[in-house]
Amino acid sequence: MFEYEFMRQAFIASTFIAITAGIVGVFVVSRNMSFLSHTLSEIGFAGASFGILVGISPLAGMILFTIVSSIAVGSLSSESSRREASISAISSLFIGLGILFLSLSSESSSYATNILFGSIVGISAKEVQQLVILAVVVIAVFIIFYKPLSFDSFDHIGARAAGLKTRLLSIAFLVTLALSVSIGAQIVGSLLVFVLLTLPGATAKYLVHTIPKLLMVSVGLSLVGVWLGLYLAFVTNWPVTFFISSFEVLAYFCGLTYKNWKLNH
Amino acid sequence: MIEAKNLTKRFGNQLVFQDVNFKINQGDFLSLIGPNGSGKTTLVKILMGLEPKTSGELKLDHKQTIGYVPQFRNIDNDYPLSMEAFIRLNLKFTLSPTKRRANDQLIQEILKKTGLTALKDRPLGLASGGEKQKAYLAQALLNDPKILILDESTASLDVEVKMQLMDLVAELNKKYQLTVIFITHDYELTKKYTTKALFFQNKTLKEVPISHISEKMFEMEG
Repeated sequence: MFEYEFMRQAFIASTFIAITAGIVGVFVVSRNMSFLSHTLSEIGFAGASFGILVGISPLAGMILFTIVSSIAVGSLSSESSRREASISAISSLFIGLGILFLSLSSESSSYATNILFGSIVGISAKEVQQLVILAVVVIAVFIIFYKPLSFDSFDHIGARAAGLKTRLLSIAFLVTLALSVSIGAQIVGSLLVFVLLTLPGATAKYLVHTIPKLLMVSVGLSLVGVWLGLYLAFVTNWPVTFFISSFEVLAYFCGLTYKNWKLNH
Repeated sequence: MIEAKNLTKRFGNQLVFQDVNFKINQGDFLSLIGPNGSGKTTLVKILMGLEPKTSGELKLDHKQTIGYVPQFRNIDNDYPLSMEAFIRLNLKFTLSPTKRRANDQLIQEILKKTGLTALKDRPLGLASGGEKQKAYLAQALLNDPKILILDESTASLDVEVKMQLMDLVAELNKKYQLTVIFITHDYELTKKYTTKALFFQNKTLKEVPISHISEKMFEMEG
């Protein structure tokens, strides 16, 4: 299948996206932000349709919306309970807005399908380049902040007691999460991008117990997921997103079963 | 090593404490007692530089090397990291192989000191209350603190486990001249382990010799 240009592009883009999502996912899960990443993808949908409406690229619109709202959420309140309620309110508003923007723009409805469900095989060389650059930026941020971000994500109270600037870290994390949602949505679509951003990280948690290993397993699971998804989509002509989400969900339940089995033995 | 003169703290118009005076010497093992809301945790936050004082003087060496063991941690049963990985969170980042080896050695020493060597690969989420507190203690000890603050670390433990943990702290206190500040509501532990008490009452603090403490001082409500 690699004789086709579009498949080669798709593999390059999704490899970088999977690495990014796998890394970010470990921290999304340890910071209990699965819910927020779901909301960010809905906000991303509104951003992408806004991009189409005003004539900038959907990716740019998505990045704009998700970054602004992730910073807003981060500075709203630090109490997680309040955050959950305000998050669901915001997310409904944005889905509404996304639908409005799409109906105001003259684009056909297939565009909406692409945003919501992903369109990896239709990706151009230039778009691949953009995705790879963004992915590298996100990965670089994680390498730079690896130590303090790990401390804060896996032991927030301890990190504060040790004098870390946890607020700053939290904003930096939310911005990279926003970027990851935007780039991840290009392959699995904004409806299911949180699959890549949460499930591999959550599965890893059941299998291994150090941060480097969590990162390896999470990145590994998301890579296998997208590669397998692309291959099966090529062979069957079914949607990529279906295969990726099925694989990640299956892996998650296997992980959960393994953990329970281990607890009883 | 720590000296406070007329230390005062207000949150807006609300006075937390006023004109607090005390002196803590290296190697002291003291308890910080008083009813809930009397200012114990606020004082500790000021000592750690997490909260500004309103007025007064505070002399403090080794500001960077206070180890703090908080009372509550959000560690649930699903918490993924092993004991060792959890303790390692407090290590400084380094690429140098020499420093990495030194760090590895340090971790092994701390594990041994706290009696966690055999448990190091176990997920912290599955550990017992006492083992968790030991891991918190080990993490706080990592940067070789001169002062260790235990914030009601024994509150949720069984009597036997409490004693074990306190024996360990007492040993560190004796062996390494580690200054310990123990925030507590536990009369027995205060009497058994600490050498003096700082008692919060009526918006101020007084120093009480251990022979003079009474159970009444440990009532939770003021």
